[in-house]
Amino acid sequence: MNKNFFVVLRAGINTTYQDNGRFHMQHFGIAPGGCMDLKSYFIANALVGNNSEEGVLEFAYQGPLLKLVKGETRIVITGNVIFQIIKKNNEKINGECNRSYNLNEGDQIDILATKESVYGYLAVEGGLDLKPFCKSVSILARAQIGPNEGKKIKDNDKIIFKRNSNKKKNFITKVVDKTKDIIRVLPGPQFSFFSKESQDNFFTKYYKITNLTDRMGMRLEGSIINNLVSSNIRSEGITKGAIQVPADGQPIILLTDYPTIGGYPKIANVISADYHLLVQKIPGEKILFKNVELQEAEQLYKEYLNNISKMIKNIKEIN
Amino acid sequence: MIKKLSNIGDCGVVCDFGDEVNQKINTDVIKLFHFIKEEVSRGSVKGILNYTPSYNKLIINFDLKKINSSQIIDFIKSVNFSKLNFSQNKKEWTIPICYDFEMDLEYISKTLKIDKNEIINIHLNTTFFIYMVGFIPGHPFMGDLDSKLFLERLKTPRVKLPSGAVGIVEKFCNIYPYESPGGWNIIGRTPTILFDRKNESQPCLLSPGDTVKFKSISKKEFEKINNE
Repeated sequence: MNKNFFVVLRAGINTTYQDNGRFHMQHFGIAPGGCMDLKSYFIANALVGNNSEEGVLEFAYQGPLLKLVKGETRIVITGNVIFQIIKKNNEKINGECNRSYNLNEGDQIDILATKESVYGYLAVEGGLDLKPFCKSVSILARAQIGPNEGKKIKDNDKIIFKRNSNKKKNFITKVVDKTKDIIRVLPGPQFSFFSKESQDNFFTKYYKITNLTDRMGMRLEGSIINNLVSSNIRSEGITKGAIQVPADGQPIILLTDYPTIGGYPKIANVISADYHLLVQKIPGEKILFKNVELQEAEQLYKEYLNNISKMIKNIKEIN
Repeated sequence: MIKKLSNIGDCGVVCDFGDEVNQKINTDVIKLFHFIKEEVSRGSVKGILNYTPSYNKLIINFDLKKINSSQIIDFIKSVNFSKLNFSQNKKEWTIPICYDFEMDLEYISKTLKIDKNEIINIHLNTTFFIYMVGFIPGHPFMGDLDSKLFLERLKTPRVKLPSGAVGIVEKFCNIYPYESPGGWNIIGRTPTILFDRKNESQPCLLSPGDTVKFKSISKKEFEKINNE
């Protein structure tokens, strides 16, 4: 076997393979999963010329240290990430996000940390050699589904990529995101369960993101939301970004690896156009929810997609 | 029939069949679920990504790039409910259970003042209907138990239950597909694998709308099936 691969010298704290997600399985209890920040994911694949749904490596906070043991390739890191490329001769290059790099055998990538954000992405030209499960290479670690036996990447794992590349050209694009503390939402199906005062507080008071946040959910802390009807409802299907309020009155936002059904009333749902901004917020940050209309949310999603297309169109070769 | 259709977020639609939880309402939910699943696999509607039935609701998730809430709602409104079929998709399962692995029969017996053997008999004589599958992969919510056996959840959920643990709460019975925490009253354990990570075409054994009858087995038979 003539496989090209990296070896993992340090795994990082939450490193997984992800793609667009796994669909048509929620009625069996399997959440879609996929990259938390799909925008950074699409840009990563575009910068190394991959098709938009190729699998990538996702990391959170501290990323992995990888050594290219066999082969040559071109890689890119997206998000807001501090990293270094350590050449075989020990020369260190401070890495720049949203820009591709050529790697030779013996080179290392040291992904030190995500900066003022949570998730970062590493894409390899031609894609990673992964065995999909139900048409997706996303790892759902909680249920141990996906490649790598559904487990997070560990030290000494091998990351195999599909093909060698010795192209010397590199590409770059400018990624802009308005960092803002406003997260726009649509009212949830049980919005009317909550007191008028709580409804007003929900849209006017800041909620703090707590440490109890992962790929499955984000627990918030702030003004108590009072439920006048019932703090338990008949369990029903969940959608990404649903904001549920259990009996203690503190909201929980259900994220990409959500439980497929749930029985807490939902006050609101984060709009698709703001989801990538939400998941990149770190514990301790405060957010303010803003109510929008459905048509506005749909329009904002179009703008979000156009924005990504524009960044991909503006990819330029580096001289 | 559907009482209300509304959006949930900008890429979901809720089909609400009313507030009650019974097999008649759930059967309507599942009929629509099967219909949508088939339409999607036939490619006659683009952009639908997931369809999740629960007791009294069907939630449809879609790709906002391809379709939107009002188009999904129009599509659901155009469905002719009288023509939806159910029986052809339904499977009847017999699932072995070993009651020797119970954890709460003593407690249930004391609380409800029913003999342990009677509890087992009621459970064995019930044909369970699967209302929904989920929360975690392959996990069925089944009903209806005789009202004599109605119980609350445990006050303190157990940190770890073995795969196949069978529990009851209110009129419902569930099976934990793999080792997980849980707050249901455990009456036995099945060696049947409900969630098989290696079986890509059908990783989950049970589907919403299927029926389940339990068959009592000994510890020896349990071990034998477990080792197969």
